Amino acid sequence: MSEHTHTTEEHGHGDHAGLSKGKIWKVFGILLLITVIEFIIALVLIPKGYMTQHIGNYIYIALTLLKAFYIVAYFMHLKYEKLGLQLALTVSFIFIIYFIVLMLIEGGFLNIHMMNH
Amino acid sequence: MNAVSQLDQVKTGPWNGGRSPWSVEYGKIMMWFFLLSDAFTFSSLLIYYGAQRFSKLTWPAPDKVFQSIPGIAEHGAPLVFVGIMTFILIMSSVTMVLAVEAGHRRSKKEVIGWMIATIIGGFMFLGCQAIEWTHLHHDGFWWGHIPSAEELKHFFLKPEDVSLVASQQFANLFFTITGFHGFHVFSGVIINIIILIMTINGTFEKKGHYLMVEKVGLYWHFVDLVWVFVFTFFYLV
Repeated sequence: MSEHTHTTEEHGHGDHAGLSKGKIWKVFGILLLITVIEFIIALVLIPKGYMTQHIGNYIYIALTLLKAFYIVAYFMHLKYEKLGLQLALTVSFIFIIYFIVLMLIEGGFLNIHMMNH
Repeated sequence: MNAVSQLDQVKTGPWNGGRSPWSVEYGKIMMWFFLLSDAFTFSSLLIYYGAQRFSKLTWPAPDKVFQSIPGIAEHGAPLVFVGIMTFILIMSSVTMVLAVEAGHRRSKKEVIGWMIATIIGGFMFLGCQAIEWTHLHHDGFWWGHIPSAEELKHFFLKPEDVSLVASQQFANLFFTITGFHGFHVFSGVIINIIILIMTINGTFEKKGHYLMVEKVGLYWHFVDLVWVFVFTFFYLV
């Protein structure tokens, strides 16, 4: 029991000194910047024809994943956790990737089917 | 003799019991695992939305469906209002991290301040969400309801694109997914209020740590994380 309280205490201050106020605002700045880039693409680049919607979509998804990384790694503090926990929480998404591939194939098939009718 | 003494030897590896192998407190691991399962639920909803959209030849254009700023402009301002909503949610995520950071320094006063800011952010987001829903509802979209074929022409890029099936799928999925997300924001606000009251009462000060603020923080950031995806797939793509 005493050992348990000890580890909790240790965890309380030791591991979590990683995120200072400066770093928090820096991450906020990055998130804001990415959102602004998304807005520029949506409101300027695509309507004026500098970029097609198709290419824009790939960039949106890439930027979204980048934002997700910053939120999970810094705000949710996963970057500073042990590798075991990081793996347990990220490798599971292999199922989601599989599901995305599955449903895109299905959606693509339906799309072709509809175009032929 | 030698074998016995080896058995008696105390094992000290991280997985040999007696300590937390990931040095993460129990409640926090459980919060992570809950969020993982919740992420699967949201992923399923969004993937279904993606599959529907991918299978249809046309889909209502986000720039045409969402182009008003309540009280300022009825038309011609796509993405502005949802941009404000996104900003509010990211901002409230920042105030939440600042509350966690203040908790590490055990500064009760600062934790209270940042928690209040986070709760206000949550309420502002919910208010915007309510306005957004009301607006779309007035346009004629709801679960199982869509505007007439004539009115739908305003929501597609070209008048000949109009598809009743796609419009209905869009309406159902929009209200289901943003509704499920809004429900998460709402429960997050309630939990934040409970934690705020506990902080004011000095519960965590007596305990000696503010780990509870961290756990609630994880949930709140997750809500923000989901919004990042909802924003991309409903408003940008």
